[in-house]
Amino acid sequence: MSFDISTSPHIRGPVNASHIMWLVFIALLFPLGAGIYFFGLRALYLTLVVTLVCVLSEAIFQFLAKRPITIFDGSAAITGLLLALILPPTLPYWMAAIGAVAAVVLVKGLFGGLGFNIFNPALAARAILLASWPVAMTTWVRPFDAITTATPLFLYKTTGAVPGYLDLFLGNRAGSLGETSVLAILIGAGILLLTRVIDWPAPTAYIGTVGILSLCLGRDPLFAILSGGLMLGAFFMATDYVTAPVTTKGRFIFGSGCGLLTVLIRFYGGFPEGVNYSILIMNMLTPIIDKYARPRLFGMVRKKK
Amino acid sequence: MGNFSGGLNLKHNKHTTRYKPIKELPQPQKVILPLQQNLGCPNDPLVKVGDEVFEGQKIGDSSKFVSAPIHASISGKVVKIEKLPNPCGFDVASVVIEAGDGVRGKGYGVSPKKLGELTPEEIRKIVREAGIVGMGGAAFPTHVKLTPPAGKPIDTLIINGCECEPYITADHRIMLEWADNVIYGALALGRALMVDRILIGIEDNKKDAVKTLNDSDEKHHAGRRSPIKIVKVETKYPQGGEKQLIKVLLNREVPSGGLPLDVGVVVNNVGTAVAAAEALKHGAPLIKRVVTVTGSGIVEPHNLLVRIGTPFEELVKACGGLTGDAARVIMGGPMMGLAVSSLDIPVVKATTCILVLNKKDAQAYEERDCIRCGRCIKVCPVGLMPNFLADYAKLKNWEQVEDYNVADCIECGCCAYVCPSRIYLVQYFKVAKKELQ
Repeated sequence: MSFDISTSPHIRGPVNASHIMWLVFIALLFPLGAGIYFFGLRALYLTLVVTLVCVLSEAIFQFLAKRPITIFDGSAAITGLLLALILPPTLPYWMAAIGAVAAVVLVKGLFGGLGFNIFNPALAARAILLASWPVAMTTWVRPFDAITTATPLFLYKTTGAVPGYLDLFLGNRAGSLGETSVLAILIGAGILLLTRVIDWPAPTAYIGTVGILSLCLGRDPLFAILSGGLMLGAFFMATDYVTAPVTTKGRFIFGSGCGLLTVLIRFYGGFPEGVNYSILIMNMLTPIIDKYARPRLFGMVRKKK
Repeated sequence: MGNFSGGLNLKHNKHTTRYKPIKELPQPQKVILPLQQNLGCPNDPLVKVGDEVFEGQKIGDSSKFVSAPIHASISGKVVKIEKLPNPCGFDVASVVIEAGDGVRGKGYGVSPKKLGELTPEEIRKIVREAGIVGMGGAAFPTHVKLTPPAGKPIDTLIINGCECEPYITADHRIMLEWADNVIYGALALGRALMVDRILIGIEDNKKDAVKTLNDSDEKHHAGRRSPIKIVKVETKYPQGGEKQLIKVLLNREVPSGGLPLDVGVVVNNVGTAVAAAEALKHGAPLIKRVVTVTGSGIVEPHNLLVRIGTPFEELVKACGGLTGDAARVIMGGPMMGLAVSSLDIPVVKATTCILVLNKKDAQAYEERDCIRCGRCIKVCPVGLMPNFLADYAKLKNWEQVEDYNVADCIECGCCAYVCPSRIYLVQYFKVAKKELQ
């Protein structure tokens, strides 16, 4: 009798890539649910369109590029979901669909597919849409009645007005589809933290930096943390495996850098919000952070010749 | 006390054999004795085909320092000396002995000297002549460890009773059943090194062993001060890695590329201490060892005391045989053990365990692309970046592989265990290390 041979270890842990994808998917349902609650079924339809286009365009692209079709690993669907959550709820479907194609084909596929893209596909697609249709991408509506209004960050930048913290926390304000409800985002983030899908360094450093810098610059730190896309960005974008650093040290640096850039853009830049560009800029620095923020090697400090 | 970063909490799977006393297997009809069973140099045969040999007779030796002689584990006739497969996956010159009726062992007799009368040099000599090597699986000749080079003062002997690999319970049973010999052997090895501190590290999932050894130590010293301290350590894989254990017990870090003696420490396994005790007390060479035979592919798991050279087949038979769905046979534990292709292979000095996994437990995984989740980095007890190491190894960029410190990898398997993309990380590192040699 002959037995099959393979190298050690002969047992593997319980967590595989598709578990991770499913957990992220479940976590994202909370901010999505909040978006549907505040902005109506239009939010759901928009999400379905974006997600479907993402999955389809991944399949078509991989077919044309003669690569293995990997739409069932869930990554394209999650890109779609993430993109939908950072779009204005009233964005025309066709524009959203173009964003979806850009995310999957331009930002991910052309760079070599999952694991090789430099930029977060959802955030890069949003930046492309914002550059292409600046008006549609900055047309915001009030929850429930869908009357056009401005986001709290825009009002703060132009008038200095600060809405109630409770409304901000619950998500009762204008903004992107899934960014408004801090509560829903925290529930989703809690699931990912408890199941260790994501870890604390990047989000903590990000939110902490924004809070502390706001305080130092004489702004309202709580408002800075609760408004805009910070929470969604910190927990769901700055923790993206592919486009953020791999070590604890690196993730901390990444989060701090995002926080610094967000504050600079919000307070001194031309836009009311800076989360999108901050993370994209830090994405570019990820390879260099990975190169230098290595873990401490056992026995390295006392190395003797 | 220190701590080491990384590591894993694994499912122990030790319950099937941890309460089963060591059972001695009857002498086999045939033993296969590879002439190299230790790290270091192979031995030359001292016998030829047709010779009659007795149990305990030295049949292989080498004049090289880093070597350990081989002894006949049964009395009988040498029927073959040729290259045969050994558990490490390659063929090694081996002496095959068939049991004969006429030949009887001479017995070893009791050592004339008490431990207190033996000089360190005498202890080293007895340990070497008995063919003792590290019994925890590494099989490094013990007398070499007991001979630290000048300029490397040793202040602590650590006896490793962690047994952190899942499934294996051989050392656990040894500590419970042969506690007196563990203590005696520890004192003897300590005497050879002239240290006055001996620490026995045991994971806290073996509290009974801690108690038994403490009792034995107290009995042995009967109120006098003992140099031995039994220390309970956290149950965390790879706690039994010698560098990790030194860090935990003494908060000293063996320098990268260095050895325990660079920080004044020598580490020996509890099984090694017992083998030394047997050699010093009774003049017995190392011809038997305890092997845990376990896993989902074994009908009735046991801890067996067997002659070195006994084919795996005999041990499996003594444990009720294989289950119908047995798929993989491993020498050692599931994390670092070596898969073997057949049961004709003999037990060697390094065989701690024969683990047989069924189809479900031994499933093959399809490797996917790295998603950069960073789990491998978090669990690495050495502080490596397995993901980048594997990337560079795949590209055959050996310069970068070296720069990312592949040489420091202890092949514990934590990274591959947690990898959600099921990348065969350890395999890449083994290849890379060979390439860089």
